[in-house]
Formats: sequence, structure tokens, C-alpha cells
Amino acid sequence: MANIGSYESKLNDFSWQIAEKELDYKPGDIINIGEYCTDRICRMGKKDKLALIWKEHSGDIKKYTFDQMRVHANTIAHYLSGLGLQNGDRICLFMDKIPELYFGFLGILKMGGVAQPLFSAFGPESLITRLEDAGTAAIITQKKHLSKVRKIVNDLPSLKNIIVVDYDGKKPLKDGETAFFMEKEEPIENYDIFPAKAETPSVLHYTSGTTGKPKGAQHVHYSLISQYISAKYVLDLNDDDIYWCTADPGWVTGTSYGIIGAWANGVTQCVLDAGFKAQSWYDFIEEHKVTVWYSAPTAIRALMKEGDEIVKEHDLSSLRHLCSVGEPLNAEAVIWSEKVFGLPFHDTFWQTETGSIVISNYPGMKVKPGSMGKPFPGITATIVDLKTHEPIETGVVGLIAIKPGWPAMFRTYWKNEKVYKSKFINGWYICGDRASIDEDGYYWFVGRDDDVINTGGHLVGPFEIESALLEHEAVAESGVIGKPDPVNMEVVKAFITLKAGFEPSDMINLEIMNFIRKKLSPLAMPQEIEFVDSLPKTRSGKIMRRVLKARETGEDIGDISTLENDL
Amino acid sequence: MSDIKNAILDYIKNEYLEEEDEDDIDFDTPLISGGIVDSFSMVSLKVFLEVTYKIQLPDSKATPEAFDSVNNIYELLNEFNVQ
Repeated sequence: MANIGSYESKLNDFSWQIAEKELDYKPGDIINIGEYCTDRICRMGKKDKLALIWKEHSGDIKKYTFDQMRVHANTIAHYLSGLGLQNGDRICLFMDKIPELYFGFLGILKMGGVAQPLFSAFGPESLITRLEDAGTAAIITQKKHLSKVRKIVNDLPSLKNIIVVDYDGKKPLKDGETAFFMEKEEPIENYDIFPAKAETPSVLHYTSGTTGKPKGAQHVHYSLISQYISAKYVLDLNDDDIYWCTADPGWVTGTSYGIIGAWANGVTQCVLDAGFKAQSWYDFIEEHKVTVWYSAPTAIRALMKEGDEIVKEHDLSSLRHLCSVGEPLNAEAVIWSEKVFGLPFHDTFWQTETGSIVISNYPGMKVKPGSMGKPFPGITATIVDLKTHEPIETGVVGLIAIKPGWPAMFRTYWKNEKVYKSKFINGWYICGDRASIDEDGYYWFVGRDDDVINTGGHLVGPFEIESALLEHEAVAESGVIGKPDPVNMEVVKAFITLKAGFEPSDMINLEIMNFIRKKLSPLAMPQEIEFVDSLPKTRSGKIMRRVLKARETGEDIGDISTLENDL
Repeated sequence: MSDIKNAILDYIKNEYLEEEDEDDIDFDTPLISGGIVDSFSMVSLKVFLEVTYKIQLPDSKATPEAFDSVNNIYELLNEFNVQ
């Protein structure tokens, strides 16, 4: 029997108080996520249970019990406090998926800091945008990423501490840089955690929009309530599970379910710190007897491309429950997973802003391949009209809307309350995704309602890329869109006009790709560049991305009455 | 042979490794599974090979396996008569 029991009956008897009660939390109590994921689990008699099995690409494996994790998180918290960092300070985690990233996250929360995880593949431009906005006080990183931090630190007056977790002494550290060795520091057995309350800020995750700079979605410690219970009901985590969440904690899935949801449930989880390779992934599942696997459609489709034979060469019989997140999971992928694993991937839908799963397929509930599933118990969702934002009838495409008030809902955009408020209309949080509901109550994704590009499950803002492109010496103007892609759902495509004196060539094409990859991130790098003589613009001079997209996909261009020039 | 391999290795060092990354890489270092070149960046590596050696690599050949080391890439180039 799945943890959720029957989805239909759970709808009737669910309240968030179920989670509060299971976590021994009462309104007004201290609720520190760092404590809940470590000390509390140890007090429950699981201190010698494995919390983390970590493997890197070289094949090295490290294992940590919940008690070791507790002490490491304490040690990091103590170290950060010793540097003078205080509760409320934004502390960035800028690392690959190494143990220090996971324990550092918990340590920051334990000392009352606000954890600001950033994807380690970000380039200096992506980094400075997010650190400057957040007024980040410290960054924890590895020496391999130090050069990116050094390039920008002089422009970040708030950034006082750069902590290097693997400093080898070969080159001198600079002012403001300190070395910290998690395994060699004097372990701190007992640490007085910061007495966080429900609304105390916990995590700041940056997310991209259509316009402007990325925005910091601010979460609070009370998010634990819905992250804990959704991990239990949707991921169906049990005490004896070996759980693998493939997401990087630089993104929200990697923290909500790659750290908080799993460990608050006292579950052992595996991390593979290596690039994607089907052989390595299947080896990893077989070697560690993974039972619950939470991955992404891009990865699933990449595995599909590798074929069925490689699956048959592995004993994957330990798998019992599969889930997917990041972008809509196509029906073919669900059908394929049933064929090769004997299990369907269960699509889950949520966002950086929602903090936890809000619409999903559940164990025990019939999976309609290609559907997003149904609202999580305790979540009131609907589809609203594209213009009036009023709920609309079954079968009609509109915007996914959620009634505010679930525990993990973001509390604001950092220093951007105006945009935060604009997300709430007629008493609904408007997700920005188009979908419809069928007669059985299943949600079906249609597409984004804006220009944000979903590539490999990550949102990329076209404005950020266009701005960066303009910094290349050859680029006069650019328009960036998401081009449909069979593996990544969308990839970045840039339409570029060149300045006088530059001619389109393969070399300029490569140069521009690498320029963006290094400046922003590999995700933002245009996978395709088309050099054009002019770009479609409104009479006020704004580049019409929708015209570019329609031309790319062969769809109807729609109303172009505001178009300044011909295509 | 070694000229081509060295050219690819130099390109990877210059383009995909950070300045402070002192990990030495050689012809056998895992590039994709080792996290040095991610799946998105593979596209720019593919374009580099196409531009430099004046070939067209079909997507079916540009797999993570084929790009996982300089030696693997060299073998792939051999298929397109780049030697």
C-alpha cells in the first residue's frame, strides 16, 4: 500500500496538520529545517543509518550516517558563525554535487542563514547578477570555481567571505578567502541551532523571467511541512528506501526533494556527481539498489535514445517507484518506462515559486501518459481564463492557478515585492503555464504563457541572453527564443544581426556560442544561431520574439499590426 | 595523429576548464561522464570539430560516448577521414 493510500480518500481527509503532527510541530514552535533533517532523525533512533551515499565520476564512494551528517552540518554552522555571519545573511553555495554542498546547505539553515544555492556551471555574469541582487555576504565554493568568483568579487561590496572547501595550498589565497576542510575541522557535536520560526527565511532560489533580471524566490522554514508530506505521498518514500534524486541543488528540485524532503523523512539518498552517461546511471542504480528514482524528462529521453538493450544488461529490479520533474513528461517516455522498467514515470508539476509539488501523478492512481496528474491534497488548483483570470470550464485551455496558502509557497521575490504581487490575481497564484483539465480531473500541459525558455527542465530568460549577446563585439541586435527539441523540450536559439564589418561565418557562430556559455552558463548558450539582416520589431522598437518563434515553428504569426518592419 | 589529439586537448583545456582548475587532463580523461563537458556544451564542441576539420557530424554520431575522451573523439574523426 502506498503512503498516500487512496488519492481520492486522501482528498477528503487531508490537512497540512497531518504533516505538522507527524513532525511534532505546533504553530509557534521552533522549526529549523537543518535540525529537522539531522538532529531530529538521530533522536528517532536513526543516527547510524546511512543518510548519504555519494559517488563521483572517478568511482570514489563516500558514505555518511545521519549522525555524521548532523555533526558536519554543525561544524559548518559553527564555522560560519565564527566568521561573523549572522542569521538572515545570504550565504551562497557554489559547488558541484559534493557532500559539502549538501551538508553546507543544512549548516547554513542551522545557523539561521539564508541558503542561496547557485548552479556551479554559471559563468561570472550569471553569478554577479544573483549575488549583487541578494547582497550575498559569503560564498562557499571549490577551487575549480574560484576564478569565476575572483573575477567579480571587487564589484560585490557585500561579499566579505569566500570559503574554499578543497584548498590545497598550492597558490596563496587572497584577501577575504579562507580554507575550510569539512573532514579535518574539529567536529562540533553540539550546536545551538538558530530558533527559526515558521516565517523565518530559509532558502533563496533565483529564477528567470521574460523580462528583467532573474528574481530571487524567497522561501521560509515552514516550507518543510509540504516538502516533507509531498515527498512521503508523491515520491512514496519509506524508511527502507534508497532514493536517488538526479537534480542539482543549484535548482529547487535539488533542495526541496534532493535534501529537505528525503532527509526530513529519514531516508537514505544517493548522489552521483558525474556527467550524464546511460551506462553510469544504470550502473549506479544497480550498484546501490536504488528503489525510488526522481529524474527529469530530458534525462529520460536521453536514456530512451540509448535504447533498450543497455537496460537489459543491468539488474534494475530494485526500482519500485519512478517520478519526473522539470518539464512535461511526454506520453512516449511514460510508455517506454513501463516497457523497459515495468514501471511508469509519474510526472510531477511545480515551480521554484511553489517550493513543493502542487500537481502530480500518485502511486496507486491511474497514470494517463502525458498528463500532469491531479492537484496534491491540500492544494486548491484550477484553470483560469487567459484574460479575465476567472476559473473556466473543463477542457478549455487557460492558465494554471493555485489558491495561495500552502506551506512551501514563496513569500516574496527578494527586493521585488511589486513583481511578487503581480503574480496574484483574483485571489489565485498564476503559475504562467497553460493547461486544461479533462473530465476526470487530470491536468494537461499546453505550454508557457510567456517567452521563458524551458531547456532540459531549467528556465532560462531570453532577456538575460539577449543582453549578454550585445556585449559581444560582433553582435548588433538579437532575439532569443526556445526552439522545440526532442530531448530538451526546448533549446536556446538566437537570431542575430551583425555589426558593420562582420560577416556571418562558422567561426563567429562558434565564438558567440562559447562567449555566452562562459559568460552565463551552458544552458544559456544558443544551440543554434541564425544570422539575419533584420529582426521583427514593434513600432516602439521592441523585438517581437513571438514572431521569431512562430516563424521557427511554422505556426500562425497572429496579430502583427504593431510590427514595424517586414520579416 | 598526435597533432589532432593535442589540438583537441588544448581546445578543451582553454574552453572548458576554469583557470583555477589544476586537474590535469589527458587523452583518456572522461570528458562527459567526468563532468568537464556537459550535454549542452557538447554542442559547441561538436561545432568546433566541424569547423576545424570541415566535416558534418550527424547527431547520431555525436553521442556522449563518442565525446567522452579525446581518444574517443579522435576515433570518431577517423570515421570521417580526419587523420
